Amino acid sequence: MRLPPVAERLAGNRFHLDEDASHIHVNQQVAAATGTAARIIAVCPAQVYSWAADGTVQVEYAACLECGTCFAVAAPGALSWAYPAGGFGVQFRDG
Amino acid sequence: MASEPDFDVIVIGAGVAGCVTAYRLAEMGCSVALIERGEAPGSKNLSGGVLYCRAMTGVFPRFLDDAPIERRIDRNKIYFMNEDSWVGMDYADQRLYDAGTAVTVLRAHLDAWLADQAEAAGVALMCGVKVDALLVEDAQVVGVRAGEDELRCRVVVAADGVNSFIARDAGLRPKPALSQQAVGIKALIGMDSSTIEERFGVAADHGVAYALVGDCSQGVGGGGFLYTNKQSLSVGLVLRLDDLVASGMRSVDIFDHMMAHPLVDSLVRGGDLIEYGCHLVNEGGHAMMGQIVHNGLVLVGDAAGLTLNTGLTVRGMDLATGSGIAAAEGISQALAADDVTATGLAAYQKALDASFVGQDMRTYAKAPRFLENGRLYTAYGPLLADVMRSVFALDTTPRRRLLPTARAALKASDVRVTQVIADAWEGVRAL
Repeated sequence: MRLPPVAERLAGNRFHLDEDASHIHVNQQVAAATGTAARIIAVCPAQVYSWAADGTVQVEYAACLECGTCFAVAAPGALSWAYPAGGFGVQFRDG
Repeated sequence: MASEPDFDVIVIGAGVAGCVTAYRLAEMGCSVALIERGEAPGSKNLSGGVLYCRAMTGVFPRFLDDAPIERRIDRNKIYFMNEDSWVGMDYADQRLYDAGTAVTVLRAHLDAWLADQAEAAGVALMCGVKVDALLVEDAQVVGVRAGEDELRCRVVVAADGVNSFIARDAGLRPKPALSQQAVGIKALIGMDSSTIEERFGVAADHGVAYALVGDCSQGVGGGGFLYTNKQSLSVGLVLRLDDLVASGMRSVDIFDHMMAHPLVDSLVRGGDLIEYGCHLVNEGGHAMMGQIVHNGLVLVGDAAGLTLNTGLTVRGMDLATGSGIAAAEGISQALAADDVTATGLAAYQKALDASFVGQDMRTYAKAPRFLENGRLYTAYGPLLADVMRSVFALDTTPRRRLLPTARAALKASDVRVTQVIADAWEGVRAL
């Protein structure tokens, strides 16, 4: 089976987006220097991270499935990642 | 003087471990708050989907009749997958069905039911509330802070899942090594029950669980799974983070490769994607449990590192259940003795060690190291297929007996006989 692109897969999930605040912040300098940038782009199953045209990491926090894999592979100081505020973020209907 | 506690116990996280802990404590007469950051219990939770439920039926005798279970698993299939071949084993047993050994579940439904049971027993359930930090006074945990609210209690139970932020942020738990964690990616594929029953050869209410190893993970340590639900399939892939990072591959690409593999494709074909999710998985076994009892705080379930991958069975929810039972027992003893320091709460550790959870964690302590052997994911699948091919691909050349055939296949592969023997020995010792 060929699944549609990830963005389309996520369109079928339920999210309650916190419009005011992102729960993810990349320290671009540390991320670039430590190789964290390439790692988090590769490991994230929701493809929250991508390369911006200027070589920095672009973050689509609204797509986050809150697994924590990026945080697990990030070098210290490269990524600040916490769960979204209570009631926000992905809300699995089945899980 | 410290202010009066709001509750005897505050449980953070309404997953399996949190709900069971809260339910048992309430049954014993404790006042309990169960705090969940999702809109509803289960909305943040995702599992592969097989629950070995004997511990659960001990807590809820009517679990198999009343809980939202999908199918009873009485058939287990294990496949070594290569790019265009595969070798598998099929174990079906009515006894597994009759005993109610294992069921498939979907966590948004299961956890909601568990939280309902806890509420009915008197637990105060608070959803949509994220605990930001522990309240600590004189090295003793005395409650939690959520936004500007503080709730005080005598014991906090961190049932906050695999990332274990509550304990980690308080400096009570180290960040695990990459080799001790994996990422699981799962697609829930909708399919009507009659198609499932025809395609998988199972009766209504019966189900099958596939464990996949080899090409599905593209050489990265880990493996795939496919479980039948009532009207859907849970299809997933688990990738160990050290290997995944070293490979430089994108997790999504490996997952999509597995979904398109002819074996998987033949099983999921015609289905529709219902939900796409992922979750971090503990892979460190006994070595990553660490310290699970502190002053005024205990850790249960995934937060305590309680997951067991034995290669054949992948367990987490049953261990979460067992840890919830042990935690409730230990906490109630500590409360009764009026000692909620780590010394008093050691009753939890003791109960856990004596339970099937502690015993199985120790029994399989060597499993993670065995499963780090790269040959499991790269060499053995092709080797098995080559042996089978020598047996079945009759082409008018004279046949040899099985043993010389296997020896020839081994000789042609990258694996040496001594490695096979060493791996087999290590496997026997670890599993």
